[in-house]
Amino acid sequence: MPEDVNQNLGPEEEELISDRRYHRTFIASVLAVSIVAIIPLLIMTGTTYRQYRTVFDAEMTRPMVRFTTNGKQSLESFLSEHISALTMVIRERSFEELQENRTLERVLMNLKQAFGGFIDLGVIDEDGIQLSYVGPYELEGVNYEESIWFHEVIMRGVHVSDVFMGHRNFPHFVIAIRHDLGAGHQFVLRATIDTDVLNRLVQSLVIQPHGDAFIINRDSILQTPSQFNGDILERSLLPGLPHSTQTELVELEAQNGESLIVACAPIERSSFRLVLLRPSSALPTDWLNLRRELGIFLVISIILILGVIIGGSVWMIRRMQEADRLRALCYHKMEYTNKMESLGRMSAGVAHEINNPLSIITEKAGLMKDLLQLSDKMPPREKLVELVNSVIKSADRCGGITHRLLGFAKHMQVKHENVDLDLLLREVLGFLEKEAEYRSIYVDFQFPELQPTVSSDRGQLQQVFLNILNNAFAAVDDGGHIVIGVTHDGANMVAVSIADDGIGVPEENLARIFDPFFTTKKGAGTGLGLSITYGIIEKLGGNITVESTVGEGTCFTVTLPKGHTVD
Amino acid sequence: MEPVRVLIVDDEEELASALEERLNLRGFQARGVTTGAEALTHLEETPCDVVLLDVKMPGLGGLEVIKKIKNHYPNLEVILLTGHGSAQDAERGMELGAYDYLMKPVKIEVLSQLLVSAAAQNEGEEP
Repeated sequence: MPEDVNQNLGPEEEELISDRRYHRTFIASVLAVSIVAIIPLLIMTGTTYRQYRTVFDAEMTRPMVRFTTNGKQSLESFLSEHISALTMVIRERSFEELQENRTLERVLMNLKQAFGGFIDLGVIDEDGIQLSYVGPYELEGVNYEESIWFHEVIMRGVHVSDVFMGHRNFPHFVIAIRHDLGAGHQFVLRATIDTDVLNRLVQSLVIQPHGDAFIINRDSILQTPSQFNGDILERSLLPGLPHSTQTELVELEAQNGESLIVACAPIERSSFRLVLLRPSSALPTDWLNLRRELGIFLVISIILILGVIIGGSVWMIRRMQEADRLRALCYHKMEYTNKMESLGRMSAGVAHEINNPLSIITEKAGLMKDLLQLSDKMPPREKLVELVNSVIKSADRCGGITHRLLGFAKHMQVKHENVDLDLLLREVLGFLEKEAEYRSIYVDFQFPELQPTVSSDRGQLQQVFLNILNNAFAAVDDGGHIVIGVTHDGANMVAVSIADDGIGVPEENLARIFDPFFTTKKGAGTGLGLSITYGIIEKLGGNITVESTVGEGTCFTVTLPKGHTVD
Repeated sequence: MEPVRVLIVDDEEELASALEERLNLRGFQARGVTTGAEALTHLEETPCDVVLLDVKMPGLGGLEVIKKIKNHYPNLEVILLTGHGSAQDAERGMELGAYDYLMKPVKIEVLSQLLVSAAAQNEGEEP
């Protein structure tokens, strides 16, 4: 086989091993495997991240909730203590006693010593007039009837005011308690408390570093100074603090965009709310390390996975490409071998066929020579003309045979054209004519009136029909029949059937008849003929089927795309 | 000396006739026929020394004819004429009792000599 056969693949084989096709397969393979491998990794890492985050969040927020709750209890105790002290005073001393400034002064001194924070003390009658007062200012006789706090304490019994500056110009708040004297009469004991005690208590709750703690009222006005969120009696810079009745934890964004974790707890019997906060960024180092490690693990894993997938796919595609190339080459070689086999078989037939006219030429020419050499007299002119005509006729016969062979050989290159089926089938049969004659095989052509053409490759079709006809000739006995029929198969196809009355093919062999290397001609066949025939017909856009009954014969039907109709 | 009687059997009528004439010119008594059946009929009617027989013929093939000849005239020598690629048939013919075989196209001198030696093989024997 010539070397260039290896490179001389057909367009179908070229498409099969084209780079574009492998590129598509490569992309699809990398994408599919990456999705399958990376998505579970992402899900797993994400889940791990979330779970650790939850654990660390709990770890971080738990002390805040605890601090806030403790702070709330301390502040509530502070208020309860002061309210209880005033309640005790109001119960121990009579209204009359408390109206005496001396008694009141003693009581204030006792309260300062026992609890601290008390600044002044005053008794106000039910009409809001301050009856007695001890403290740093002259407030006796002041009328509180119009004051909101006064109405509040008359109505509720106890009142804890918001922090305010008042006349004294320093932050303080008021605790007032109503006492019923019976018969619808009542009076109020009012004490002013210094906020210093509150401030100290709140500052002790600050979580370092970058933490903050303060008290606000229900209007979000700071009741104690804050480190980062404004001064006392200013509006808190933090928006949206919760108004829950229990300790609540929220994440908020500060005005500078910083994310904060804020705990908020209401202080009972007052409008105060204790607020503790710390920036979210102040996460524990362990968490930051873990997060970094998770990130590195994810990135390295993805790089490794992608590397393995891409490397593996490249390797796999190369192997596939090589295998496909070998397969295509192998098929091409098989096809070529079959073609050569057909040609060899045909050449033998042709050589045999050409021998007869050649012998006639030899003998006629020899006779002319004999007549000239061996006879005494010149042979008659008519005799010589007859012999020369005979030589010319035989030479023409040789010419016809070689022409047919050349016709077959020149269609080795694949080329689609309109092929006249009648002509093609008769040409192919021409190669088997002598065998048919010697073996008395009767070949019948059944063509429709409007002879169809097919759009196909002449050379390959010749090979297809030569293969099928060779099989038919091998199947029939001497004197057998072969019928070649051509019919229109729908609007776009033409069916060529080649039926013989030969030995037939058993059913178990029929299913494997187109398999490569399947043969029943022990030692005589390669088993490639029909497999290659099948391959060629598929490539030509056609179809081949076979029906057979043992002892009755076999019929191959080849369907091919129709060409233009012959006029 | 009696001329050697040769029966030429070849389905190519022109070949048979040319050979017939050439052999006659060389002193043989040759007769050409174109089918096996014709050859067998001829042998029944006319005695013959050697049969020059084409292997591939439509109808009654050369090998069938040689079988029948050897059945009826065991001493009659048969020389086979074969084309290229029919060597197997020639071998088969030799097994069936052919004297020799020649590839077409034949050289007339070689053929003449072979016919003479084949006839000499059976000299004195009448079919």
